[in-house]
Amino acid sequence: MNALDFLIIGGGPAGLMAALAASDFGLKPLVIDENQKLGGQLIKQTHMFFGSKAERAGTRGFDIGIELAGEMEKRGIEVWNNSPAVGYYPDGTVAVLKNDKLHGLKPKAVLAATGASENFVTFPGSDLPGVYGAGAVQTLMNVYGIRPGQSVLMIGSGNIGLIVSYQLMQAGVKVQAIIEGLPNIGGYLVHASKIARAGVPILTGHTILEATGENQVTGAVISKIDDQWQPVAGSQQNIECDTICLAVGLTPLTEMLWQAGCQMNYVPELGGQVAWHDELMMTSIPGIFTAGDVTGIEEASTAMLEGELAGLGAAKYLKGDSKELQCRIDDTACRLAGLRAGPFGQKAREGKCKLAECRRT
Amino acid sequence: MRIETHPILDFQRGPKVTFYFEGRPVEGFSGETVAAALHAAGVKILRHSVKLNRPRGFFCAIGKCSSCLMEVDGVPNVFSCITPIKEGMQVRRQQGRGRITLD
Repeated sequence: MNALDFLIIGGGPAGLMAALAASDFGLKPLVIDENQKLGGQLIKQTHMFFGSKAERAGTRGFDIGIELAGEMEKRGIEVWNNSPAVGYYPDGTVAVLKNDKLHGLKPKAVLAATGASENFVTFPGSDLPGVYGAGAVQTLMNVYGIRPGQSVLMIGSGNIGLIVSYQLMQAGVKVQAIIEGLPNIGGYLVHASKIARAGVPILTGHTILEATGENQVTGAVISKIDDQWQPVAGSQQNIECDTICLAVGLTPLTEMLWQAGCQMNYVPELGGQVAWHDELMMTSIPGIFTAGDVTGIEEASTAMLEGELAGLGAAKYLKGDSKELQCRIDDTACRLAGLRAGPFGQKAREGKCKLAECRRT
Repeated sequence: MRIETHPILDFQRGPKVTFYFEGRPVEGFSGETVAAALHAAGVKILRHSVKLNRPRGFFCAIGKCSSCLMEVDGVPNVFSCITPIKEGMQVRRQQGRGRITLD
């Protein structure tokens, strides 16, 4: 086993930015990822990013993934693809499965940038083939070029629901409707308007009652709901569709952090249980860092900046402070605060504030 | 089910690969996962659930939800949504927890 400075679990936007930032300050990171390709979920994101130019606004998600992976290669940063981390041991050993062989790595610092997984909602028929998470639909269409079906009912009008609906239309799939339980559309108005202009109804204050079909989805029954979230009698309607797409949020994938014994806190604004962390993304255990969706569900652009902070944090932890490093940390922290400044960053701001107050001493 | 023209993406499909689903040959493209290639061939039911024997497809496509478990080359409980297809691979729908063949 070679001496390893910094192990990064997860080669998505957060993990890759952490690797690049850490290598700027002389660390030799190793990035492990369970997928064939680097980039995490960026590989299926065809939409252009928002925000400022410094945050790659106007660039498509998958292009950012290619860019970051290219930079990794240019710098010769070591990457293990198809290599999931499968366990964290009390002595600090991370078990990694690579080519059917188990490796025990004992890094001086580690970053869990393990992302999140799609939420589910239950209703009669929700287990039928044809009910997919929005991320799965994106993978199928945008990575493999395969339509999930011919007509779809989208559940959830957050940015993912809106963006994936538009992408379904681009792939030649009919979007019958987008339904949303809350009284207002959750995502950016510019996305919603684009879809509404294309003739897709966005029904707020609606829920799904059941999916119909024997062996796969053939339709759905939806209904209006009142302010107690109860179905309104007589408002039921049948939607004809072979696909139901759930875009109802994500939950952080925190297994590594639990196993490591990090202090975990339930913060609904961040998507569930997340690890407490300081300004440099270090958890309650010195040397264990966290960044990206695993520490609060946000967007890829904030994940990238959190990753950058974690990489800089690891450099500070292992090599000590310097003026140059502190400058870079201040700059990154400032850009991250800028991204979260608007009304759409409110939830993340509140969640991170709550989390900061959770520190047990 | 395959997308031929797309306003943004240009799908660079790999060479053709033939694998077997329930003994029948299915064509996919190199680099595709079992679940994706089956889906393109119109197969949405990937297994039958443990308790109620209900049909299941895939849900998350990133190997996290266990909805897509199949028997691949005799090995049960393989995540078909993240397992790439290979020439000659034998894929079967899994019943319940699946069966392990011991030597």
